[in-house]
Amino acid sequence: MAASSERSPPPFPDSEEPELLEDSDDGADAFTGTSISEMDSLSPDTTGPPKDLFNTPPEDIFSDPLSDINSEPQKNVKIQSPGSDEAVDLFSDPLDDEADVISSPEVQNPVPDLLKETVETPKSDVIGKAPIDISSKPVHKNAIGARHQDIFEDPPKDSSKGSAAKKAGSAELFGDDDDDEDEEEEMFKEPLKAMTKKPQPSVASGPPINVFTEVKSEVKVKQHVKDDPTDLFAEEAVKAPATKPSSSGGSRTNGVHSEEQDIFSEATVELSLDSPLNDRKKKDAVKASVSAPAAPVASSSSKPPSKTLEELEEEESEDKFDLNISITNPEKIGDGMNAYMAYKVSTQTSLTMFRSKTFTVRRRFSDFLGLYEKLSEKHSQNGFIIPPPPEKSILGMTKVKVGKEDPSSAEFVERRRAALERYLQRIVSHPSLLQDPDVREFLEKEELPRAVGTQALSGAGFLKMLNKATDAVSKMTIKMNEQDVWFDEKIQDVENEEQQLRKLHVMVESLVNHRKELSGNTAVFAKSVAMLGSSEDNTALSRALSQLAEVEDRIEQLHQDQAANDFFTFSELLADYIRLLGAVRGCFDQRMKAWQRWQDAENMLQKKRESEAKLLWANKPDKLQQAKDEISEWEAKVTQFEREFERISATVQKDVIRFDKEKARDFKRQIIKYLESLLHSEQQLIKYWEAFLPEAKAIA
Amino acid sequence: MEGSSAESALSVSANSIRITDLTQDGDVLMFAITSQKLNSSAGVCVFREHEDFEWLQQSLFSQENVPGLQGIIFPPLPPKALPLQSNMQTKALKQLGFLALGQDWQGYCKALEFYLQQVATHPTLCKCKALDSFLINSESPGKQRGRKGIFNRLSQAVEEMRKESHKDVDNFFQNERNKNTNITALSKIATEKLIDVVMTEQKLALACGHFSTSLHLCVNQDDAAAVAFSKVCLKLSDIIEAVKQNFEKVASNNLTTLGLGLDLESRYQEAEKEMLFRRTCKLIELETVKKSTEKAKANKREVMEEFQKAVEKEFNLISSVAKEEIERFHSSRVNVLKNFLIGWCEQQLNTARECAELYSQHLEACRNMYSE
Repeated sequence: MAASSERSPPPFPDSEEPELLEDSDDGADAFTGTSISEMDSLSPDTTGPPKDLFNTPPEDIFSDPLSDINSEPQKNVKIQSPGSDEAVDLFSDPLDDEADVISSPEVQNPVPDLLKETVETPKSDVIGKAPIDISSKPVHKNAIGARHQDIFEDPPKDSSKGSAAKKAGSAELFGDDDDDEDEEEEMFKEPLKAMTKKPQPSVASGPPINVFTEVKSEVKVKQHVKDDPTDLFAEEAVKAPATKPSSSGGSRTNGVHSEEQDIFSEATVELSLDSPLNDRKKKDAVKASVSAPAAPVASSSSKPPSKTLEELEEEESEDKFDLNISITNPEKIGDGMNAYMAYKVSTQTSLTMFRSKTFTVRRRFSDFLGLYEKLSEKHSQNGFIIPPPPEKSILGMTKVKVGKEDPSSAEFVERRRAALERYLQRIVSHPSLLQDPDVREFLEKEELPRAVGTQALSGAGFLKMLNKATDAVSKMTIKMNEQDVWFDEKIQDVENEEQQLRKLHVMVESLVNHRKELSGNTAVFAKSVAMLGSSEDNTALSRALSQLAEVEDRIEQLHQDQAANDFFTFSELLADYIRLLGAVRGCFDQRMKAWQRWQDAENMLQKKRESEAKLLWANKPDKLQQAKDEISEWEAKVTQFEREFERISATVQKDVIRFDKEKARDFKRQIIKYLESLLHSEQQLIKYWEAFLPEAKAIA
Repeated sequence: MEGSSAESALSVSANSIRITDLTQDGDVLMFAITSQKLNSSAGVCVFREHEDFEWLQQSLFSQENVPGLQGIIFPPLPPKALPLQSNMQTKALKQLGFLALGQDWQGYCKALEFYLQQVATHPTLCKCKALDSFLINSESPGKQRGRKGIFNRLSQAVEEMRKESHKDVDNFFQNERNKNTNITALSKIATEKLIDVVMTEQKLALACGHFSTSLHLCVNQDDAAAVAFSKVCLKLSDIIEAVKQNFEKVASNNLTTLGLGLDLESRYQEAEKEMLFRRTCKLIELETVKKSTEKAKANKREVMEEFQKAVEKEFNLISSVAKEEIERFHSSRVNVLKNFLIGWCEQQLNTARECAELYSQHLEACRNMYSE
């Protein structure tokens, strides 16, 4: 991300770039250690050799710490080969000719008849307005940004920040802009040329928006890899659409980024030195390379390679993952309706990012909600799946507050405690969210500022509902024509899955209820057997019957425990995943929004071009320059939005894949747990029966 | 219950009586009853419907020339079963209790079989001609429905309330009556509760079945992660299926052993109660006769005294038979209950062991699922 944002501002960088690229080619070679020029000589179609190269390295290469450099060239190879193939099909089409864009079928919104003057006027107005809109947010976004800066003093970040801010700022600006434009066209007729310029710098110096403040220290490599191909194609598409995008194109881009690569490659080495399991890595890499071609060919050719890399990295980070969070000692604090539950959050870790190995804090439920609010505000637009916290339950909490010590409120507290624990564990197992300072603060800091907004739950809930409603409406109105097969299928899958899980949840609920019923019935039966036994004349039979009553009592307890097990392992698990799938869908929505922004920008660009043509025809040179400026500005925005869309797509895809894996793992864990509990209760049962059998036989 | 030496009237071995088959013809259930001839190795098979059983029971009730017949505890005949219809389920359950549960009337057949065996082993009842013809004649025994006679439960019901609380002259019978009332009620309740348990187990089995089937719908082969998840789902489906089978087995164990035992116990208690009631009726009759003899004028006194003596003799006979019957009943019911309890315990133990074995296999498989 850093890379892309850095590169985005110059409006027409392409014309000067070729020589520069040729120069830096050497730099790339020097850096990678393997000769990419050798790669160049390979024809782009033969994707075989690089893959072979990837597969063949014997173990000793990988066990050599230095050989991690090798993985870098391999990455490059991988990016190049499939990438360059597909670039022809995919990227040359929409972007190769600027004229095409106008007439291309992708532009869906009907182009309104534009008058020369009206083209600028609405924009200027909106721009004039927009900064004010934004300015309401900076206060705390600034804070976040600043915090970030303190913690991560990364060289690339500073440079990216300004541009990132500008980009994001303008993104918001013009996202609004487009919607308003059509309606306001007629209303504002005065061209305010000065105004159109003015907002730009002010936005640029404005606050950085969260999109770009995400974790930069460790995920750098990822970003770089991800950005690399996107850049490659964006440039290629604009610059040399007709020419064969051979591997030279790939190496060229490598050259362009050689500086960045330096920075990143250092990071890679560090990262991989940290992880001792090179064998594992190799295995995964091989696996990845096998699975990558099998994966549905994503429309963005950058995905397959980046995905495999991410898989790799994910495995690594998992190996390193050493963070145990447990929530214990739920405790009621206060009295009456102001009472609340506080939980002890204990963390055990060897991660160096934390100050100590073990620490404990007390948190209340609204703090957990607050954490979620913070995280979703920062990260949801990035396309991360943010694990949702358990829902507020007015009824359950009121019971607890009223303070009756009945079993249902104890069950409620335990249920919530377990849910919160799972929630936190899910957050920290997300490699990116773990890096978030808020998460760290939540785990470490003794006193948190009171989370606001979550306590007025009825109001917040209402707002949330409203938001959801508007989301649903916008979802209906945004008709995205999905070109990515993977997403197309996945969105369907997720929806199906959610339905299935809901169904399963209902079934498990009924299962749990039946179990409870069984336990109740067994208890009653035990009682009646006991009565029967007590009024029995035959002493041996009487004894046996009362023994039987005891056995039944124990069985009742078993059923009860098993019901609780059913509930905690399955019902809660399914409920969690229904919520999580909701979050996944939220990610898809975010991606769709990004797409919408991009499309809107495309439309806007087209309008600007039309107005330019009209100006040209009307021969008004004074306005012509302004129109040209605007066009270039919008072109930049289109590329930027497109990249953003690509980026969010990649993030969402990566996160969904991670989520799927995590899900399978989670379910498996739960099943094992469940089976253990089943086995345990069955063994108990055996014991009970074995104890009872001699009693029955002793009846005279 | 235990074999009796007085089997002279019966030409088949009592312990060989089995109900081997059941056919359903419209609304009528036809039972195939097989038994072994005493003097040869030949088997006999007859087909009987419930009405024939009723005829047999009536014949037993209305035997002549059996002294103290009213003191006998007649083995209880299970009420008539109606072929299962979906809307009849609850009604049948109310009427038949355990016997309506279980597949293909298995429990019901067992109960009928047990009834026949009980009749055949009863020292007095086995001498009844009707029983022999019931077991041997291939022709359905006379369609002539015997008079409902004195044992019609319906007509009894009204008087019962009044007479049941009548104080007994004999402490033994008074105690027996109190205990019987007590245990009848309790065993009925216990039976009902066990029915609830079994029903819940069946419901659970059903719910598990649904769950396991739905899990199959989650299967998705799109990509590696989905395949892994699908595998997990299928595994879980298998496990739930195992849980389901376990519930089914446990339910059927409950049904075929303890359930039948409790059902039999409660019906037998009911039969004992009826016997005691009959005796109480006789007692009341005797007392009224005594009273009227005392009040009677001299000319009638002699006749009345004769009559009183006859009644008293009959009552004494009934009492002595009843005493024997009660003793016999108690020892055999403990035995029967013991057998049911042992059988039940063993079956449950086996089921639990099998199940534990299955679970540990599944567990092993689950743990290895990802290491492949």
